[in-house]
Amino acid sequence: MQLPTLPKANTPSIQKFITPTIRVFMPLVYYLLLSALLFGIGVAGVLLRRNAIVIFMSIELMLNAVNLTFVAFAAHLKNLEGQIFVFFVMIVAAAEVAVGLALIVAIFRVKATVFVDEINLMKW
Amino acid sequence: MAINLQSVLFFFFSVVALLSAIMMILHRNPVYSAIFLIVTFFALAGFYVLLNAPFVASVHIIVYAGAIMVLFLFVIMLLNLKRDAIRERGKIVRRVFATLLVLILLAEIAVLIGGSILSSNSDGAIAAQQTIVGLANGSSDTTTVVGNTKAIGRELFTTYILPFEIASVLLLVGIIGAVILAKRNLT
Repeated sequence: MQLPTLPKANTPSIQKFITPTIRVFMPLVYYLLLSALLFGIGVAGVLLRRNAIVIFMSIELMLNAVNLTFVAFAAHLKNLEGQIFVFFVMIVAAAEVAVGLALIVAIFRVKATVFVDEINLMKW
Repeated sequence: MAINLQSVLFFFFSVVALLSAIMMILHRNPVYSAIFLIVTFFALAGFYVLLNAPFVASVHIIVYAGAIMVLFLFVIMLLNLKRDAIRERGKIVRRVFATLLVLILLAEIAVLIGGSILSSNSDGAIAAQQTIVGLANGSSDTTTVVGNTKAIGRELFTTYILPFEIASVLLLVGIIGAVILAKRNLT
């Protein structure tokens, strides 16, 4: 009586599973749809919320959705420039957060609120 | 597409990212919003690892979860916003309008992605379509170039040396601007 044999460890399917040199990515369209959804959630946060800090966080979420698109395209086109651009986007986001939060703190000192519909200094 | 570790991790991370992003924009308390955004950032770092970009993943964790979100939490706790939480109730017209705009935006993006998949007239379009759908991947030379920290460093300090230096100047401007804005009284 013949017992069923186990698959050997170095068959191509298992090899693909464990070794990092042969890597099959998820299809790019999944990543594009996911980052589109994340970007849409960020836009909804900017439009729906009135707390300036939460609006700022939604902007960060949109930047990250675009970063995900960059990295997905870099992996699929086998090109390094996408990841380098993500690096620069992160630098700009860091500088933007530092200045923006300082602005929010400065506005809070004057108006004692961070809600954007109560901050109408420039409305005439 | 076969069910393997890649796809399981992809769907796990995408569910985590989308749910915590939705919770981030819906939660009343800004502290909880910040914490949900940190969860989203960790899920995005998981995507970067799946996409064979460990350098971007680690820098993402360090910069976003380590620096930017700590700054956010500091400012939220500094401003003591708890008494303002009731005022976050918008008008119904505004909510409907915002949801409509987001749906229009998502429809546009879906049309763009679907159009680039379906259009296949020239050879370039076919190549682009294969790239989009993911038929042209799986070759073994990706990890030798893409995702290699050494390669990224070499590119940054040779080809992209000028943008790199400009970015350092931008960070310096950000530091000075933050210090001046936080110090001076705006009245």
